[in-house]
Amino acid sequence: MGLFAGLRKSISNLFSSGQQQQRIGIYGPPNAGKTTLANRIARDWTGDAVGPESHIPHETRRARRKEDIEIERNGKSVNIDIVDTPGVATKVDYEEFIEHDMEKDDAVRRSREATEGVAEAMHWLREDVDGVIYVLDSAEDPFTQVNTMLVGIIESQDLPVLIFANKIDLEDASIQRIKNAFPQHETVPLSALEGENMDEVYEKIAEYFG
Amino acid sequence: MSEADDSTGDADGSGVQLDMISGERMDQLASMEKIRLILDSVHDGNIVILEEGLDPEEESKLIEVTMTEISPDEFTGIEIETYPGSSKSSGGFFDRLMGRETETKLTVIGPANRLETLHKDETLISALVTRT
Repeated sequence: MGLFAGLRKSISNLFSSGQQQQRIGIYGPPNAGKTTLANRIARDWTGDAVGPESHIPHETRRARRKEDIEIERNGKSVNIDIVDTPGVATKVDYEEFIEHDMEKDDAVRRSREATEGVAEAMHWLREDVDGVIYVLDSAEDPFTQVNTMLVGIIESQDLPVLIFANKIDLEDASIQRIKNAFPQHETVPLSALEGENMDEVYEKIAEYFG
Repeated sequence: MSEADDSTGDADGSGVQLDMISGERMDQLASMEKIRLILDSVHDGNIVILEEGLDPEEESKLIEVTMTEISPDEFTGIEIETYPGSSKSSGGFFDRLMGRETETKLTVIGPANRLETLHKDETLISALVTRT
């Protein structure tokens, strides 16, 4: 956690009584596994899911909030709302969806909804979240402009952030590549799909956002 | 940029226009004016090079406004590149505390269908610019 995020949190705790509900945004590029993670967390602690998952990019086109998730680990507990956000991109081309066997009308509609979703995600980041879980696909190059910009935007807001290196079950996964890209932040490896290393995931969430 | 468009542009499809914008010029503009300047130029098919880049809040708004302007078969968005992890902050402790941290970074922005990043690392951005 950064110096200023920690300072802000300490000051906030001084003037608050009891546990405050934290709104944690799940951010990252398209197809990093954000909804799979949100569903895993929600199912583990509430029994419900957050939204549908898909291998087609931009499946999540509206920010979805799951409220009142209480996570307990090692004597620490945190009460959070998780906000599953659309994957952030600087370009959306409907032809990408046609490559996934969609009809043109459906692809155009999906691209329109996707652009609205990205804009909505950026608005949530500037206005409405108290912390961020940044999800990356461990099998992909993390040195992309979207990742660099988004982590920079999160840092500029002094929000506490955890980097989740997802999809460690894939053959090409490299946790070290993600650690090298963002050495200033704690990286937690996991597979949200397979449920691997979820104990550490919940420990870190309780530690960082509690 | 409209001034440059009038004089050169790419009307005959013979080349690609580069708009290199100094930090001094950008400093005189409000955030939305900067974003408008960039996107107007990119909509015209030009490549914009910013001497000092945008701050994180402006980058966030640039993404947001870009998304609202994407239109099927016309504009698919932007390609943007800066050097990653460039943390050459000259601000001291109190500058950071007061939110006055400054970071300048050369930034290249172009239409997504014309600018393609070939390679990028901490010290090199290699990009391909096409005419259509």
